[in-house]
Amino acid sequence: MSTEEPLAGAIVRDVSDQDATDQHHAPVPTVAHHDVIDESIDNAVFVTEGLSVSYGKSPAVLDVSLRVAEKEITAFIGPSGCGKSTIIRCFNRMNDLIPAARVEGMVRYHGVDLYGSDIDSVQVRKRIGMVFQKPNPFPKSIYDNIAFGPKVLGMSGSMDQIVEEALRRASLWDDVKDRLKDNAFGMSGGQQQRLCIARALATNPDVLLMDEPCSALDPISTGRIEDLMHELKETVSIVIVTHNMQQAARVSDRTAFFIVDMDSADDARIGRLVEYGPTDRIFTNPHDTRTEEYVSGKFG
Amino acid sequence: MATDAITSGVGGPSAESVFGPPRRRIGEKLIAVALFCAAATSVVITIGIVVSLTGETLTFFADQAVSVSGFLTGGQWTPLFSDPQFGIRPLVQGTLIITGIALIVAIPLGIGTAAFLSEYASPRVRKAVKPTLELLAGVPTVVFGYFALTFFTPTVLNSILGLDVSVFNGLAGGIIVGVLIVPTIASVAEDAMSAVPQSLREGAYGLGASRRQVTVRVVVPAALSGITAGIVLGASRAVGETMVVLIAAGQLPTTSLDPRNPMETMTAFIGATGKGDVPTGSTGYKAIFAVGFALFLITLILNTISIRFVRRYRQVYE
Repeated sequence: MSTEEPLAGAIVRDVSDQDATDQHHAPVPTVAHHDVIDESIDNAVFVTEGLSVSYGKSPAVLDVSLRVAEKEITAFIGPSGCGKSTIIRCFNRMNDLIPAARVEGMVRYHGVDLYGSDIDSVQVRKRIGMVFQKPNPFPKSIYDNIAFGPKVLGMSGSMDQIVEEALRRASLWDDVKDRLKDNAFGMSGGQQQRLCIARALATNPDVLLMDEPCSALDPISTGRIEDLMHELKETVSIVIVTHNMQQAARVSDRTAFFIVDMDSADDARIGRLVEYGPTDRIFTNPHDTRTEEYVSGKFG
Repeated sequence: MATDAITSGVGGPSAESVFGPPRRRIGEKLIAVALFCAAATSVVITIGIVVSLTGETLTFFADQAVSVSGFLTGGQWTPLFSDPQFGIRPLVQGTLIITGIALIVAIPLGIGTAAFLSEYASPRVRKAVKPTLELLAGVPTVVFGYFALTFFTPTVLNSILGLDVSVFNGLAGGIIVGVLIVPTIASVAEDAMSAVPQSLREGAYGLGASRRQVTVRVVVPAALSGITAGIVLGASRAVGETMVVLIAAGQLPTTSLDPRNPMETMTAFIGATGKGDVPTGSTGYKAIFAVGFALFLITLILNTISIRFVRRYRQVYE
């Protein structure tokens, strides 16, 4: 798939989109939801194949196959419980921290099986940074928050320089350069979240995972973080989970739409990937009626 | 007219016509009084203890044979001899040495246990270990005392470690008091560590920190005030522990610093003398209260220092 000659990319995508349309507009909805693999992506940083996650006996999200492109912003949208956060947490093996979580299927990071037996999840998280829903600075000084990652990783070089560079990349340096020794809890919510982004950037990650990073922030802080994401895209690949469709439309290059299925048999709620493609296409010309209903605000 | 009535509150409908007749809630008041009495009991008892201690202590120092400076600085404690000496230093020293040994044993064990339970153990292991720990906390201290005297001193210290200790010695007393306070420290510290928000752990794990780094660099600092509270609680218990030291450490007030020798703590003196045949009202009898008062002061100072420490180093989250 990824070996297609570059020029054919657009055509290949059109064909696959056509397939998807036929699948989803079939008169009787089939049980199997066809997951769209966007085949034009040949510089994938993540590739998932049949990825399913369950907590205990109940499946949370089933059979997700998609590709996340390098140096792009990929947004995961969908209603609560659709498994978008669960999937993003597979990308840095954060689900390992939940004892009952079980991951099946394949996640490849630059071609390497992330759940392979020889993979150390700590090493994975050194390459793949994460920003969480609620700002979670450590109860330490601003400086020590940024220095935490580089110290843990034993990075060499001047710590002052590393801290300054990380704060500059998160466009926070001018706000805080005079109070680096102050406790991070004295900052506003938006500043705290940018501090958390700076903290993640300090270790020079290859990918930044953002799990609803703006849901606890006001619109102005949200705007600043979105601007920041545009700047960061030059150097890191970003995957963002968001409840906010407008945000996905504003910031992302590609969008994956997830849905919650009620399993009639035992009342379980199961998340599935419905549609995945370039963001403008998902919002202007969705192929699946459920995507169309969601992005036009009819449900969710 | 109508608006006047509303704004002035005069001439409007009566409260009764809107809310119904007022009801007296006698039960409500009785409950408040009963609960106040329950809360007041401990306060009243504490005040009573301080008052009775202070009174007897004052009459002790009024005695001809006693001088305040001799009490504070004297190196001999022989209150029941015909020529009594009332230098409290040997007792304070015994108490501090045994408490010190106990803390050296209990702090690493207690914090280690807490860190294991909070950060490392699977839910199943935690379910098994926690009740066992509470069981240890429930063992009567007299049992610990005889465990120290009849097993720990002869078998562990002498036969296995070959330390050549006396039958009664401060080392066995201190170590076993340490074991005794491990559950206190572990339990309070574990509560504090478990209360650290999961979001902080995730933040650290997300940066590529290992479990050890998360525990040492994030969880323990964030829980430090709770951990310190646990240590102080344990230290207070160690200072106040009577039975183990009475049985295992002996009753020889000494200024020797060697914990292999017998020593007497303040509590052991109070326990041993109180149950003996000291005539009520004698100077030896009043010495019990003076030692009790000194013990009270030491605990008070310990707690005050720890409160300051906790305030200064507390990391506030959320």
